[in-house]
Amino acid sequence: MNKKTFLAFIGPSVLMMVLFIALPLATVLKQSFYQTQSVYETLEVETCSPTFTGQVCIKEIKTIPIIGDNGKVITQTNYVGLSNYQNVLEFPRVIAAFANNSWHEFMLIDFWKALRFTLSFTLITLPLVLFFGLLIALCINNVAKSIRGPVIFVSLLPMIITPVIGALAIRWLFIGDGVLTSFLEWWFAKDIAMFAQAWTIEFMMTFYRVWHVAPFAAIVFYAGLQTVNQDTIESAIIDGASRWQKLRFVILPHLMPLIVFVTLIHLMDAYRVFEEVIGFSSQAHVISLQWLTYDFLTADLMGNRSIGRASASSMLTMIGITLLLIPVLRGVWNDYKGKRL
Amino acid sequence: MFLRKIATAVAITTLSTGAWAACSFDNDTELKSLSNSFDAMKAVTDAMAECGNVTSTLDVDFKDKMPDAFAANPSLYQIGGVSQGTMVPLLNAGTIRPLDDLVAKYGSQLKPSQLIKVNGKIMAIAMQVNNQHLMYRADIFADLGIAVPTTYAEMVAAAKKMQSYNLVDYPIGGTYKAGWNLGEEFINTYLGNGGEFFGEGNTPSINNAAGLATLNTMKSLTPYMDPEYLVSDSTYVQQQFQQGKIAMANLWATRAGAMDNAEESQVVGKVVMASAPMGSVRAASTNWWDGIVFATNMTDAQADAAFRVAMEGIDTEMVQANNDAAVWLIDGFVAGSAAAGAIATADNGAAPYPSSSPGMGAMHTALGNGLAAFLNGEKSAAKTLADIEAAYTITATESGLI
Repeated sequence: MNKKTFLAFIGPSVLMMVLFIALPLATVLKQSFYQTQSVYETLEVETCSPTFTGQVCIKEIKTIPIIGDNGKVITQTNYVGLSNYQNVLEFPRVIAAFANNSWHEFMLIDFWKALRFTLSFTLITLPLVLFFGLLIALCINNVAKSIRGPVIFVSLLPMIITPVIGALAIRWLFIGDGVLTSFLEWWFAKDIAMFAQAWTIEFMMTFYRVWHVAPFAAIVFYAGLQTVNQDTIESAIIDGASRWQKLRFVILPHLMPLIVFVTLIHLMDAYRVFEEVIGFSSQAHVISLQWLTYDFLTADLMGNRSIGRASASSMLTMIGITLLLIPVLRGVWNDYKGKRL
Repeated sequence: MFLRKIATAVAITTLSTGAWAACSFDNDTELKSLSNSFDAMKAVTDAMAECGNVTSTLDVDFKDKMPDAFAANPSLYQIGGVSQGTMVPLLNAGTIRPLDDLVAKYGSQLKPSQLIKVNGKIMAIAMQVNNQHLMYRADIFADLGIAVPTTYAEMVAAAKKMQSYNLVDYPIGGTYKAGWNLGEEFINTYLGNGGEFFGEGNTPSINNAAGLATLNTMKSLTPYMDPEYLVSDSTYVQQQFQQGKIAMANLWATRAGAMDNAEESQVVGKVVMASAPMGSVRAASTNWWDGIVFATNMTDAQADAAFRVAMEGIDTEMVQANNDAAVWLIDGFVAGSAAAGAIATADNGAAPYPSSSPGMGAMHTALGNGLAAFLNGEKSAAKTLADIEAAYTITATESGLI
């Protein structure tokens, strides 16, 4: 392919990526160094409002934002350096916690609490998704051809469900006297509250995520299973390989690129865990990094949002994902170099 | 109840075409309204819909949508249902219009107390007052011979006595869902204990004796509540009441009518309303008003139609049909048993929600996010209050208040 054709082919997608990925990222990065404030004035304001017994008028000194000639609140944007990052990471409190040698105290700081959950969630669900994905793929591959279509359809169902809706379905099964909680209470003959402590919520989140994502891994692995070299399998059988040995020495090496692919996708997705926190309204017990960003972005009763901190926390999330992906990407890179030689 | 919110928002979006006899004029201007979702608001929006061409969205998450929707030009909604808290961001941003001329033209039915005035200009029309107060199962209290609690300590004592009889799943219900609800519970009790939220120049001042007492009061109730109290919002507690699972709770006056709704409630006629428990200074509750505002960014013709439709929504006819849905400020309201608790609470000196303090938004958020750690037993009371003050200070400094 000559250079011109090559450029004509990739040009549009590079343009799109610059427009929709690079530029927004650059804006967020910029915003994470700035804070926007309303300009306030202090005035005496008289407010008359109803009470149960009649109207009451109060005069008080209030700090209120100034509205400009264009009808919008006047704001000023200041460069604040790393102050947004400091406010998210709260290093003085981290240092104090370590000085006290207290992991408990460290885990009470929002960002680190969220990071702890996000990391453990990502790293626990990953092997489970790979394992169950492979298991489902092998099962599908071994059922009779005549019913394979319906089996694939049924096993894909969890993936089709919108994440928030799926999380809510699990919530309703377990909250209060939900169907499954009632069943568990009957089974263990004791009162069970699944939403009253962090570990049960984390367990349900993990369960939900594996249930939701394993079908994706399964369908990818199932596709890979269709291209396993049958000659190699036959040779292995003739050499007396057991089922396990066939899996370990023929099938798994063949699927390796797909396993890496699913790992990459899952690391990126799971690190952005958010739907579960919203769906289970778990913010009292369990929060994630993405939820923290959302919370900074939510306007309070006065309409203020912490855009700067939200941007800083987004950048930190991106840095976190990149760090997680480096080992996997390095493996891919080394493989690629090895093959080229 | 996330999906419930979505479902309510979608299902209650009512569209009515063609005027009904109940509306005095035939509205031909397309109008949209956005508001919170509760029975009284539904009664008002239904009455507005009778004029034709009115689409109402009732959404529990309305406060997250409203400031941006009203800031759009033209505004996405012409009519908004607000309380004194949710009006503030609209007022500050100048996205709601003064109503003096419209009131002069079409508002002859309004009582003076319904006019919300800021610096002399009418900015909103109030329709009802609201607060949280004690609701209790009169049958259970009578059977066990327990007097109606007037303080939190008495509530705990009653709950303790009740527990040994196994009449309900949990003696006490509470809207303790982490976030806005939990913050509101603290604000109620803290004000009841005579607390002040801010010192000089919007600095926080909750880390004090009143704050500690408030935290300990809140925690003293939790052993008698559903262990999942940190996910219980108003609708969840209302349902627990209706299903006979709890025996007493401090719940919004707007939820009182639902207790006697035979279609959903199994405890019709058994739930009685009383004053909110007393704090050391006044009743541990805050008084709110709910009302209607109109967007700045619409044509005067639209504003005219919107105002006339709203006046039909809050007329005497609507109140007579929905007398027990709220404590109405509108002519024709007769205070019945459903309103008794709200009025008793106000008589016991409950303070208005302090929405006029500019830092209150940041404070409410900090409280809602920070209190769970204390109730979970992760932090001491003093540390919790200090951390909430620190979180508030960061936000307030960022937004330029400090």
